[in-house]
Amino acid sequence: MALIEIASLRKVYDIEGVESVAVQDISLTIDKGEFVAVMGPSGSGKSTLLHILGFLDRYTSGTYFFDGKEAATYTEEEMAKIRNQKMGFVFQSFNLLSRTSVLENVKLPLLYSNIPESKWNERARECIETVGLSHRSNHHPTQLSGGEKQRAAIARALVTNPQVIFADEPTGNLDSKSGQLVMETIQQLNEKMGHTIVLITHETYTAETAQRIIRLRDGLVESDERVASRRQAKEHFQK
Amino acid sequence: MTIRQLFKTSVIGLSTHKSRSLLTILGIVIGITAIILVMSLGEGAQSLILGQIQSIGSKVIAIVPGREPNGPSGFISTFTDSLKKRDIDSLMNKTNVPHADHVMPIVFGSEAASYNGEIYQPTILGGTSYYSQIYDIYPAVGRSFSDEEVNAYSDVIVIGSKVKDELFGNEPALERKIRIKDKSFRVIGVLAKAGQVSFLNFDEAVFIPYTTAQQYIFGIKHFNRIVVAADDEKNVEATAEDIKRTLRNNHDITNPDKDDFFVQTQAEAVQTVGTILSVLTLFLASVAAISLLVGGIGIMNIMLVSVTERTQEIGLRKALGATNKDISSQFLLEAVLLTSVGGLIGITLGGSLSFIVAFGISHIYGLGWKFILPLSSIVLGLGVASAIGLVFGIYPARQAARKNPIDALRYE
Repeated sequence: MALIEIASLRKVYDIEGVESVAVQDISLTIDKGEFVAVMGPSGSGKSTLLHILGFLDRYTSGTYFFDGKEAATYTEEEMAKIRNQKMGFVFQSFNLLSRTSVLENVKLPLLYSNIPESKWNERARECIETVGLSHRSNHHPTQLSGGEKQRAAIARALVTNPQVIFADEPTGNLDSKSGQLVMETIQQLNEKMGHTIVLITHETYTAETAQRIIRLRDGLVESDERVASRRQAKEHFQK
Repeated sequence: MTIRQLFKTSVIGLSTHKSRSLLTILGIVIGITAIILVMSLGEGAQSLILGQIQSIGSKVIAIVPGREPNGPSGFISTFTDSLKKRDIDSLMNKTNVPHADHVMPIVFGSEAASYNGEIYQPTILGGTSYYSQIYDIYPAVGRSFSDEEVNAYSDVIVIGSKVKDELFGNEPALERKIRIKDKSFRVIGVLAKAGQVSFLNFDEAVFIPYTTAQQYIFGIKHFNRIVVAADDEKNVEATAEDIKRTLRNNHDITNPDKDDFFVQTQAEAVQTVGTILSVLTLFLASVAAISLLVGGIGIMNIMLVSVTERTQEIGLRKALGATNKDISSQFLLEAVLLTSVGGLIGITLGGSLSFIVAFGISHIYGLGWKFILPLSSIVLGLGVASAIGLVFGIYPARQAARKNPIDALRYE
């Protein structure tokens, strides 16, 4: 069943009177439980697409159905609610609050949710365990390695049990070993827990951990194909 | 987002910049301190002065020459000579003022007094033997003058304790002669130390018969005051009316607006002084309030800096599901918390300073100055402080809420 369905999506930025087309015309469908990698050179519109899919930005024209409902009909407040309940975000630069512990960081999305506070700690600890950071839950982000930071961020994305996780170059700031560990974690979320994953990357070997790769160029879909020989992040890591 | 969580988030937000937060609220602290200090001292002064006016006795009615002062220019009219000997006689007449127990004319002024080369300028009060009762001051040494001595224009004098110290030092003063305006006075009494009572310091005053004062010192035929004591507190109002009628009759006045005198009861005096002091306190407090405005602008400035600095945090919170309202509430609450803490510190500081001042005044000047911290000032202080946080926090909070999550996340 389709979770994300876009047709003729277009996004034009108007920067001081000069129009710049970020997404020209993209149509695609992502099913529930899929693991999709979006690739493309810089300026291809992949980040803009992710922002629109993640309800962080509005589109200029076309249609976007998320979970069966047209995104344009949501108010700002409803969009915030969807981001909180149904989406998780993992950023290239981690975006952890440096002054609080890993546990507090993971609990951050719960602050804006309807989940009762009594369940916050339990939930957050579960997610920290899932990413293998239990021994670090009281550490501050500054005390963590890059890979650990990104795994903490993944735990944060998981904590509201979202339908889809958007990962924007999650390995971009990491060395290859940490990167592979992060990709292994993301892959497990998809395979073992059934989360839909939309991953942006420019590294082919990272993209190949996904089931399907969509390549963008100049705001258009260049190719959209299933990965023939899917890479297992774990194997790669063990080499 | 629950209120508790909002609170926690804001406190964490502030505590990450402790020293900056403290510096930010300095303006508010100073403003609230000043307001609390002024209000507390005003209340203390009011209670002291009113207490002393009331101690003179609520049966006493004062007649002041001239028109009742309305506004500052009105005070000039107090220097008129409308009260004469004839008025005293009429007021003493029981058919005119049946409830008058005592009638005492007063003349006063300031003249140099000298003894053996020592010179001092006391307040000279001319009255009758009744002054002791009215002002509740009695000689510690010697005696007061009698009504016979008043009628005889006697050159006797009762001096205040400070006058005695200044002119005689440790020597005994009784039966010594002091000189005022070429007239020699025999000291017959030295008053007990009284301190400041209402507007007069009796320690720095001397009492002589009013007859002598009029004739030899001031060279006048009129009186500066007439004091009437009613026989009972409940007759004060009626007596005041009797006095007015009698004096109007004496002065051929038909229109009360043209009165050349006015009558003041203690109740009125208390009210008048109370009003003056309240207005004064309010005025000083509003001057202090200006610093609060400056403090508020300081808060706004720092909050704007903070919003810019935390652009990334704001973007992240929005991406994770914070609504515009969540964000603006957080920053608004931070501003209100800042100013409220400033308010609390200001109240503590202002209260402590006022306590020290009250302690100092009562010990150094021996006055019965009480430390009063009115509840209204605490409520006002806290209320004003948090209101400033609210007013000056709105703009930065809106700026924060308006941030676009994408731009905010890209911000490095």
